[in-house]
Amino acid sequence: MIQIKQLVKKYSSRQETVIAIDDVSLHISKGAIFGIIGLSGAGKSTLVRCLNLLEKPTSGQIVIAGQNLTTLSGRALREARQKIGMIFQHFYLLQSRSVAENIAFPLEISGLSKKEIKLRVEELLHLVGLQDKADAYPSQLSGGQKQRVGIARALATQPEVLLCDEATSALDPQTTLSILNLLRDINQKLGLTIVMITHEMKVVKEICTHVAVIHQARIVENGPVESVFIQPQSDIAKEFIATVFPSELPSDLLKEFATHHDSEIIRIQFLGSRASDPIITDLLRTCEVRANILYGSIDHLRSTLFGTLTLELQGNSDQLNVAHRYLASRELKVEVIQRAL
Amino acid sequence: MPFEPALFLQASFWSDLSQLVSPAVGETLYMVIVSTILAYLIGLPLGVVLVVTSPGHILPNPWVERTLGTLINILRSAPFIILLVAFIPFTRALVGTSIGTTAAIVPLVISAAPFVARVVESSLKEVPYGVIEAALSMGASPLQIIQKVLLPEAKASLILGVAITTISVIGYTAMAGAVGGGGLGDLAIQYGYNRFRTDIMIVTVVILVVIVQGLQSLGTALARKLSH
Repeated sequence: MIQIKQLVKKYSSRQETVIAIDDVSLHISKGAIFGIIGLSGAGKSTLVRCLNLLEKPTSGQIVIAGQNLTTLSGRALREARQKIGMIFQHFYLLQSRSVAENIAFPLEISGLSKKEIKLRVEELLHLVGLQDKADAYPSQLSGGQKQRVGIARALATQPEVLLCDEATSALDPQTTLSILNLLRDINQKLGLTIVMITHEMKVVKEICTHVAVIHQARIVENGPVESVFIQPQSDIAKEFIATVFPSELPSDLLKEFATHHDSEIIRIQFLGSRASDPIITDLLRTCEVRANILYGSIDHLRSTLFGTLTLELQGNSDQLNVAHRYLASRELKVEVIQRAL
Repeated sequence: MPFEPALFLQASFWSDLSQLVSPAVGETLYMVIVSTILAYLIGLPLGVVLVVTSPGHILPNPWVERTLGTLINILRSAPFIILLVAFIPFTRALVGTSIGTTAAIVPLVISAAPFVARVVESSLKEVPYGVIEAALSMGASPLQIIQKVLLPEAKASLILGVAITTISVIGYTAMAGAVGGGGLGDLAIQYGYNRFRTDIMIVTVVILVVIVQGLQSLGTALARKLSH
């Protein structure tokens, strides 16, 4: 659906050149909810703004639905943009227009008749659950309601792609969840491809099917959410994951365990149905090790279960090896945090 | 003639009121309304051009922005009384005479239009750029952005600008007397000041205060009504 090819964006001033996007290539497939996560200043906002050419790339290509946007300008670009919806952190609604009129705006731009606009606005108000707010003005709405108007407005022209630039960053956690649920519904109902820029791993965990981590203008990690969460390659991705699945043990505790003999601390991660298997019981029955549970958590990664369990295993090296082989046979991801033999 | 402070209202006061003051009110209103309308016809598009051609806006064009800005600054820095005299040949060519109320409108417009351009510019710059960018992301053309985003979003602020402009045009019309333009300001100088008619002076000042106050209140009320 979306192909980003060797995208580069530089900002030049007389003093210096800042590289905001450094040779980024990504493929986003149809129907995906693709998260792009990064710290502030990593270049994620520039990246999403390049997708509809609000920022003109310095070089590289953006191909959406088979159309190379980077070659377009003027009317052709404006027509292509009508097929790409966008929502913003600060909503950017027209203050002088009511909710219904705000949603009607892109339809007026595309030249629909008054009657068609009225019907479509009705539909959209229903879709985002704001039927009773049609005549309210943005200043009378809460943040979550404003973003719902933003979503309805972005979907008005039936785009195939929705770009979300920190769409939930100005909202409280509860409202964030309700907006994310709405986006997920829309994704499923309309088969819309969604690109979400965020600095919150919580957002990625909640709805994204794929995630790319952008760091210092480059993509350092990219893949399906499950594999990135289970097997992060980059330190920055690990840090992001730790914000939603904290697994660091206190350093005092680690020091204390380091004085033990014949023990190691391991972290086991499991996904989906594995989360409901009685691993510990089986482990202790099968292998001659003792286990001391230090930390455990289980949560949703989108709609699959994702859990981590940190254990101290006690036993001699042979016994521990047996335990590792057992865990490997159960296809669990095991990471040794500390070993004291 | 001995000065008689007790005699505030002179015998001719009431007849002067109808013969001098009421035509002066008419002349002032005529000059103010016509000049303000014409000044907006010229200044509003110029203000829009100043904003949209500024760096990072929808039609950035440093050459247009700088040239127009300089021209506006030159016109705005010339004192009105100088413009009034300097543009006499132009006025004569345009309206056939350089004397009278209609003739006074020409320099009033020349002076007010650049002022309007700046007032409009500052109103339009209050519209957050994010809103314009949102419209761009929906595929709006520059003209659609001006018509459907910039001007409507700045409506309340623009109305306040009209009140400010009209009030400063009233101030300028006082100098229109220099080309025989008439009006309340001229009356205050001719009768109130030169002929020591304190009563006429006070009446004209009171009328001006009422007009200015009324305009400002109207502008404020309209602006409040238009902002949601």
